[in-house]
Amino acid sequence: MKPAPFDYLRAETLAEANAALATEGSDAAVIAGGQSLVPLLSMRMARPKLVVDIMRIAGLGDIAVQDDAIRVGAAVRQAALLAWPELGARQPLLAQALPWVGHWQTRARGTVCGSLALADPSAELPLCLLALGGSVVLSSASGRRSVAADDFFTGLMSTARRDDELIEAASFPCRRAGTGYAFGEFARRHGDFAIVACAAVATGKSVRLAVGGVADRPALREFDEPSDDGLDAFAAELEARDDLHATADYRRQLVRRLGRKTIEEARCRV
Amino acid sequence: MPRLSADARHTVRLAVNGRAHAAEAEPRMLLTDFLRQKLGLTGTHVGCEHGVCGACTVQIDGAPARACLTLAVQADGTAIRTVEGLSEPGRLSVLQEAFRRHHALQCGFCTPGILMSLDWYLRQVPDPDEAALREFLSGHLCRCTGYVPIVAAALDAAKRLRDA
Repeated sequence: MKPAPFDYLRAETLAEANAALATEGSDAAVIAGGQSLVPLLSMRMARPKLVVDIMRIAGLGDIAVQDDAIRVGAAVRQAALLAWPELGARQPLLAQALPWVGHWQTRARGTVCGSLALADPSAELPLCLLALGGSVVLSSASGRRSVAADDFFTGLMSTARRDDELIEAASFPCRRAGTGYAFGEFARRHGDFAIVACAAVATGKSVRLAVGGVADRPALREFDEPSDDGLDAFAAELEARDDLHATADYRRQLVRRLGRKTIEEARCRV
Repeated sequence: MPRLSADARHTVRLAVNGRAHAAEAEPRMLLTDFLRQKLGLTGTHVGCEHGVCGACTVQIDGAPARACLTLAVQADGTAIRTVEGLSEPGRLSVLQEAFRRHHALQCGFCTPGILMSLDWYLRQVPDPDEAALREFLSGHLCRCTGYVPIVAAALDAAKRLRDA
């Protein structure tokens, strides 16, 4: 349980980090809070030649409201976003979901963008980004691009990020008038990986329901009029699998029950 | 900062329990091993080594965190607090005393991590309710006590700290 050897570069500027990733490509790994990467290193599931630390790059630690969205820099820790005084008013879904992300002791180090980069199918933050229709800003030596959540999560722990890119910031749309937000999760123990997590965004006309923990990535469905049949069909399409924690059938049942409850909560808040 | 080579040791400077330390580490060295092997501070325990059990919890720049999920080189320049910093020589802290009174430990392996978390939490939340405490403690595994005496000790310590 000790990492294999790697070089370490603490980047002082974004350009320095970009240059290192441009040169090393898939041999490099970006470290921010390290709450996912360090165990992967220790278990030798990741064996990069170079680890690029981006936590001391000026400007990456900022939380700002820009174009009606919360822009969260790559070095913003989960605990810092949760403690941001404006969070509840700006985006209640994040305020509800963040306490479910790991434990206090991991949120103190883990970053918001790091969780997005890992793209664990049961993680809360990718789910919220998808439910809200947010995006990430990817930075590389050749420039910047913005990728919508829907295009960013491409499969099991897989994203549209190229090897020479790093997430510079994530953009979570702010709360909109006449819209209700709700989050629900079922896990064996608070802070464990979700067996099923749901995020609902409701307006007077329709409801968006995002579900995590079931398919290989968070999945989104928009309902004009949510019904049990509609939820059943959505649950069936998610291709749930049996694993150590729950059977596929159990997960589908949770999508129906927790999905309905989360939708109802979001509609009450419209 | 220059790129630190994998096969060389590099000086890491940090403060532990208010004292400045400098010691050498390869980039791959975890903070747990740095504290234990380089600084001789063996109060921080190595349990699961992948962030699940909480035995290695220390305070980094004032917040509880897993030492096993932190590289020593990442911690360069930080201020760390470990279980060795909780008490004065020969005198237990209020929290440690409450653990003893309530038998909140048996084998003691998880205890340093739980103490470092609770020490922080009781300063943030001086009057915690039991449900919140239990949620907070979900970041730690204890296989001896069943948690009941740990929760009792924390509530007792919180009361004594408030009354002090």
